[in-house]
Formats: sequence, C-alpha cells, structure tokens
Amino acid sequence: MAERSTDTIHEKTVAESSKALRAGEISSRELTEACLRRIERLDPKLNSLITITAERALAAADAADDRLRGGDAGPMTGVPIVHKDIFCADGVRTTCGSRMLDPFVAPYSATVVERLEAAGAVMLGKANMDEFAMGSSNETSHFGPVRNPWDPETVPGGSSGGSAAAVAARLAPAATGTDTGGSIRQPAALSGVCGLKPTYGRVSRWGMIAFASSLDQAGPFARTAEDLALMLGAMAGFDPKDSTSVDREVPDYTEGLGGTLRGVRVGVPAEFFGKGLESGVRGLVESALAELEGLGAELVEISLPNMELALPAYYVIAPAEASSNLARYDGVRFGHRCSDPKSLEDLYKRSRAEGFGDEVKRRILVGTYALSAGYYDAYYLKAQKVRRLIADDFTRALEKVDLIAGPTSPTVAFGLGERADDPVQMYLSDIYTLAVNLAGLPALSVPCGFLGGRPAGLQLIGGYFDEARLLNAAHNYQQVTDWHRRAPEGFE
Amino acid sequence: MNWETVIGLEIHAQLATKSKIFSGASTAYGAEPNRQACPVDLGLPGVLPVLNGEVVRMAVKFGLAVGARIAPRSVFARKNYFYPDLPKGYQISQYELPLVEGGHLDIDLEDGTTKRVGITRAHLEEDAGKSLHEDFHGMTGIDLNRAGTPLVEIVSEPDMRSPREAVAYMKKLHTLVRYLGICDGNMQEGSFRCDANVSVRPEGQAEFGTRAEIKNLNSFRFVERALEYEVERQIDLIESGGEVVQETRLYDVERGETRSMRTKEEANDYRYFPDPDLLPLVVEPAFVEEVRATLPELPDEKRDRFIERYGLPAYDASVLTTTREMADFYEATVKAAGGAAKRAANWVMGDFLGALNKDGLDLQDSPVGSEALGTLVARIEDETVSGRSAKEVFEAMWAGEGDPDAIIEAKGLKQVTDTGAIEAVVDQVIAENPQQLEQYRGGKTKLLGFFVGQVMKLSGGKANPQQVNALLKKKLDG
Repeated sequence: MAERSTDTIHEKTVAESSKALRAGEISSRELTEACLRRIERLDPKLNSLITITAERALAAADAADDRLRGGDAGPMTGVPIVHKDIFCADGVRTTCGSRMLDPFVAPYSATVVERLEAAGAVMLGKANMDEFAMGSSNETSHFGPVRNPWDPETVPGGSSGGSAAAVAARLAPAATGTDTGGSIRQPAALSGVCGLKPTYGRVSRWGMIAFASSLDQAGPFARTAEDLALMLGAMAGFDPKDSTSVDREVPDYTEGLGGTLRGVRVGVPAEFFGKGLESGVRGLVESALAELEGLGAELVEISLPNMELALPAYYVIAPAEASSNLARYDGVRFGHRCSDPKSLEDLYKRSRAEGFGDEVKRRILVGTYALSAGYYDAYYLKAQKVRRLIADDFTRALEKVDLIAGPTSPTVAFGLGERADDPVQMYLSDIYTLAVNLAGLPALSVPCGFLGGRPAGLQLIGGYFDEARLLNAAHNYQQVTDWHRRAPEGFE
Repeated sequence: MNWETVIGLEIHAQLATKSKIFSGASTAYGAEPNRQACPVDLGLPGVLPVLNGEVVRMAVKFGLAVGARIAPRSVFARKNYFYPDLPKGYQISQYELPLVEGGHLDIDLEDGTTKRVGITRAHLEEDAGKSLHEDFHGMTGIDLNRAGTPLVEIVSEPDMRSPREAVAYMKKLHTLVRYLGICDGNMQEGSFRCDANVSVRPEGQAEFGTRAEIKNLNSFRFVERALEYEVERQIDLIESGGEVVQETRLYDVERGETRSMRTKEEANDYRYFPDPDLLPLVVEPAFVEEVRATLPELPDEKRDRFIERYGLPAYDASVLTTTREMADFYEATVKAAGGAAKRAANWVMGDFLGALNKDGLDLQDSPVGSEALGTLVARIEDETVSGRSAKEVFEAMWAGEGDPDAIIEAKGLKQVTDTGAIEAVVDQVIAENPQQLEQYRGGKTKLLGFFVGQVMKLSGGKANPQQVNALLKKKLDG
C-alpha cells in the first residue's frame, strides 16, 4: 500500500475525503484501511465500537473504488462511516447495546444502512450505545461504557455515545445515530462534534430498533455542518416501509450552505438560560450567539412557556412506548433466552431479567405503569396533551423567528459513574433537547467552545423540514470559529 | 320463575386478502409452519407495519352493507399482552376509534317475523399465530403463518334472546360476508369464528344479568350447544342460590359443556394506546362512495327480488339466496329453462342440492351445470319427459352420461303425448281386463290406479300420465 499521506488521511472531513476520492488523490481502500488501523490502535482506549466489520468494509471500499473509476460516484462514495448499533445491517450482529440481542443477526438492513450503502459509503462497524438507546452517558451499554476522547475519565454523552466518540477521535469522518430525546445532539455536544436530529419523518425508521416510535429519529454525526448535509442527503427520503416517513422531496442540503445570515431572526428562549445551566456553558453559548449576531443574524428574545413540562411529559411518553416496543424481547423467537426454562412464565421472567439492564427495566416499569388501567388518563393522556402544548409553543415562536438557539446540554461532559446511580440527575442532561423530539422539529448541535478542556455545544432548532436553514447557520458559524478543527489529545 | 336469555356476539371474520394486514406475506392457508411469516410477522427488531389498503376497502364494504357509519378517522391501537404466538407482545387492533360504527342486520325468526340486531362496531385487527401442543413432547410449537392475517371483528348489541337467534344472526352474517366477497367463511380453517357473551335475567327485569364470555366457537352447532348449556348452567346456578361471575369460559366440544378459563380479576390489563407506528386511518368520502358503487345485491334484497320476480315462497327464496353462488346458479337455471321458476326452484333445492350433499360436493364442483339442469326443467315443462322419467335423466346427467336431450333420446324416455297412440294402449288395457272393468263400473273406482299403472307399464312409462288419466276416466266412466 502506498505510504503517501495516509498518516493524516483520517483528518479529512467527509467533504474533503469525497473531493480527494473523486480527484483520484486517494482510494477508498486507502482511506478505509487507514480508518481500520486507527480503530485497531485507538478504539481500545474508547470502546466506541461494538462490532468491527473490516472484511465487509474493504469489499465495500473496493466496490466504491470501481464506481469512482467508472465515474458513477456520489459525494458519499468511498467515504467510511460508522453505524450506531441500533440499525440492522443484513448479516451483521445488531445488539442495540443489550445482552438481550447479543446473539441477534438481522436478516435485513435498515433503510438508513441501505441508502448509505447505495450511496457508496463504507461501513466500518457498529457503534456502542446506551442499551436500547436509553441513557445520556453511554454507561448503560451491555458492552461497557464509552470514554470521551477529550477526557477519558468522562462520558461521551448518550445514547449515541459510540458514534460521537468515534467521530471525535477521527476513527471515521461521519457516523449515524438516533435521537429520541437528545441522543444525537447531547453526545455531539459532550464529544465536540456536530450532530443533527432531522424532522420526525424525514428519515425512515425501518430497520432501526425502536425505543419510542413517535420520538425516534435517525440522523448524522460529523465534524462539520457541511458533512452533516452530505450525510443527511444520503439518509433522508420517503420510505414506503415506514408509515410515519414523509413523502417529501429531499433537497440538496449543500446547495444553500454559505448563504448569508443577514436578516435571519434567531430566537433565544429565556427558558433555556434558567437555573440548571452551568455558567461556563452559558458563557460559551452567549459568545456563540454573539458570533451569529456578528454574521448578521438578529437575536430575538422569545419564550417557550411550557418548556419545564417537557421532561415529565417525555418520561411518560417515551417509557410508555418503550414498554410496548420492548415486549417482543421475550426469549421465544430470537435474542437472549434463559437456560433451561421451567415454564412459559419462567422463560419470560428470566430471559427478560437477564437480558435487560437496570435502566431499561426501570423505563419498562414506568411505561407499563403509565399505560395501566386507571392511570392512563392521568399520565399518558395528560402527557400527550402537554406534548401538544409544547409543539404549539414552538410553532408560535417560529412564526416570529427563523430558528431558535440555545445550549444543547446544561453541562459539559460529566465523570464516568458520576450520575450512574441518579437517574433524575442523568435525565436533566437532556432538558434542552427533549422538547424538540416532543414537537418533532429538526435541531442540531455544533461545537461552541471548551470548558476545562471539555466541549460544549450550541443547539439550533428549526421549523419542520427546515434542516437546510439549520445547516447553513451552523456552517456560517463554523466559517468564523475553529472549535471543530481541534482534535482531542492522543487522537490528532 | 321465567328467565330471559341475553346474548351478544363478537365475530371474527378473516378478510380474504392475498397478503397480510401489515406485511406483504401471503395469507394462504395450509402452508408448512412458519413459511408464510416475514420479519414483520415475526416481530423482529426494527420492523414496521404498513397497512394493506385492500383490508380497508373490505371493511368499508362490510360497514356499508350493514348500514353503518364509516369513521372518517379511525385509530390503530396496541393491545399489550404476552403470549408465545403473539410475536410483538402486542396485537395491533382498533380500540377507541373503530372504522365501522352503528349498523344492523335483520334476521328471520322461526315464527316468520323479522328481528333487527344492532351492530355496535366493526374494527380491524391482526390475527395471532397458533400454538401447537401436539407432537412436541411436552413442549409447545409456534406457527406464525397466521400472525398478521387481517380480521374484522364485528361486535353485536346484546339483542339476541335465545341461542337460536344467535345462530340465525351468525348465519346471516356468514352469508353476508361471503356475498361481499370479503371472507371465505371457512369455519374449519378459522376464517369465521365467534365469541359469545351470554347472561340471563328474570323476565321483565330491565338490567342485564352478569355475563360470561364463551371464547372461540367455530361452528354454528357449537355456538348453539354452548349457549344452550351456558344458559342452563346460569339459571341452575342462580336458582340454587349461587351467583354468576363475570368470566371467560371455554366450550369443551367433547363433553358438551363450558368451563371457566379466567375470571374478571385474572383478566389482562391490555394497556391499550394508539400505535405510534401507524398514522390515524383517514377514509375520504370519495373512497366510501367508490366502495359503495361496488356493493353487490345483498342477501335480503336478492331474496325479496326472488319472491317478487319468480313468485317463489319466502322459504324457497331464502334457501336459494344463502350464497351468492347458489342464487346465481338458480337464476341461470331459470334462464336456461326459459321460465318455470317454481319448478326450477324445486329441482335446485331438491334433487340437485340432495345430490351435492350426498356426494359432499361444493356447488362449483357439481357435475351438472345450470344450463343442463335448466334444459331438463324445460323438458319437463314442455312435456318431453314426465317428472318421474326426469329423475332418471337427472341421475344419468349426474353420472356424466351427457346432456339431458341426449340421455332422453338414448334411454327412450321421451314422453308419448300423441292422444291417438295413448288411446290405443288405453283401449287395449281395458279390453284385456274385463273383470276389473266390471268391478270399476260397479263402484270400485279405486281401480283407476290399476288401469293407469297398466297403461304406463305397457307404454314403457313414456305415456303422459295426465293424458292417460283423463282418457281412462273418460272411457271407464263411459
């Protein structure tokens, strides 16, 4: 293999890789091999991947090189990526971070996997995650916690912690994730990368293991907004296999990048800057807002009065749906089954007791309770009404402004184990992201500085299907800042 | 004390679609276990349901046929419970907002009156798989071929007052769904099955008694027997100082009795909630009208038309309209016979149905078609053959010996209607039996039968009996 430039090849973003691939400066095989070597060398420090699919990756890289030579290449062709292990990939173990699915090999691919494959992206492996996407620190994974490349004693955020850490550590230029209450944006913020949660229905959920179906949405991680645009372009689109996917044309998300922010009205909700927000993070976010203002945006104070209800509503709706979605893991047809069951009930009880971790069990219990006869109206139905109120708050706000900005998470990365025994403290990590899922809106997180060496994220929230505007704002911001160019020590 | 029985039925009719309600897998019956279960039916991680539009069309058709309201917006909900043959741990059904609401069905009672039974609602849902307890050495085998088969659950009002009424309602519904072509009605294969809610109360009491639900009755006979047993059980229980408890019961076919399966306290809390994987089902008025335009003539309309147009008695019209195929067969027979509607009805309901039943054949497998049967009826009508000979012709037709005219010809069964020829035979018979003639004329007129028999015998059964009768009478009385 050629020695040229492969020692820095991993530094390239998706856009840079894509350009170099198409110019014939590098091959997908070189790029893929470089990433695989880097994974082999560095991932033991992070544990960001559950499964490495080296052989399949090299075959895909060779196929991509053929396409590149044949002039049949798109922007993602030959670019290595990592998939969160919540997406089924035909013939590859898919665990969802759980012992329950440790032995599960999907006989089909998620639409997200299929689309990226069709676009020529090269899957390097499956990323670690909180079990069944339930968690904000990646500590609930059956495969062990993921370490934050910026500080190995801290968490990368979750649930898509492996995806965020892998991109931050330059193991891959991009990754997929899912976001049910902040599971893309929060780890993106804590790991110092960009992460986008698209509008609900923008990306197909087929083959993506369900946590809370009405909130789950797949999206990309990358280091730049431009790369998010390239990834989203490959992932998005109507899928007849997902009844909740929306039949709406997918624009070229890169087209609008670089457009001016002059006159763009950015709403700043008072509720995002109240108590609970770490003052250092507040400072970084305010500086970022000032940068946006400097780019011509107009800051407008707004209010989202029902924001404080988002957390309780979310922790009724998401567990309720999860309690039902996770009923299929019963030890009967696939996944973990206890040894030597004595009866059907014993089979159910022990398979589930052994297969699920504490956080998953906690949410199944909460959700089952919320849906029970006699409690349904007081919890589930009321939470759905609150959800409507929150969506209305956003709708009203977005009549006055073009997008909404604030912190992604109230703190920077916290220490491993620090919140593991305090679920409520853990849940507070998502107070600024949950509401967006309840409303179904698109939002992204972009790195906006460091606090004691730990990254913080600026969250931008847009109107339905207004991903292009969000991406342009983040892109503009990244043109005048260099947070995203910094690499964690030891992962340069 | 006199007791009044109150019965309401929940009928599950399997919709006759090619593929399942939420997946593309085939619904065909009888495949090797688990060969017709795709990842969606298996409830594998990450799969999603997509509603089969044909299912909606069929359910709307049903709703319109029973005069119900088609909900412009209905919602699929999850019914959560654990069972090995329920792959997802929940059944997708409709709960608070069903697709069809508030219809009715008129049933004919034995006293000749008609009773209207209310239909509370009909909703869509998916079927579960099957648990197989035999041949697994103490373990249970799971066959998920049936999982995801579309069902419409039709819930009646508690309007029936006897097991017989319940059966009449069930039969009428059975006829209707087959008319509509939305269900094959095959009860042995479970395409049409019934849960019955039954209670008793003292005659004149307004409020209902405590009810028991009898699950999974898959034949008309079992419904009737199970209900009869259950009604008696409840009455005996109350009269001996006991109380009926609200519970689910099973009918034991072998023993002919119902027994408790689970009480209300043991009942599952199904934790229904709207399925977030499926959008609310929106049915546009234009779609409803489109479906309405495809409605066939319904059983009651057809029966009334048969009475009106063919002058049939109500009983005949009901029997002949039991299935659309039977009604079509009858009408085709009448057409081929060139009229003779009543005679055609007698033949279809008599010899023809008798032969079908005897050979255990379905209508479509009959060796005699409507054209041939109609021709035979026409030959009786135009006096080519006598009614008696016609039976012989029919038997030959059934045996595949050819069309009626060929058989009549081959067997020489053509009726003699030539008065001269018959008169000659009559004269011969009278001449040959002077003793009987004397007795007859002496007042023993019973002997007319003897003479007729002799004439028929001599003519080889071909003489027209009416003519023989008339001529003999004339000459004997002479």
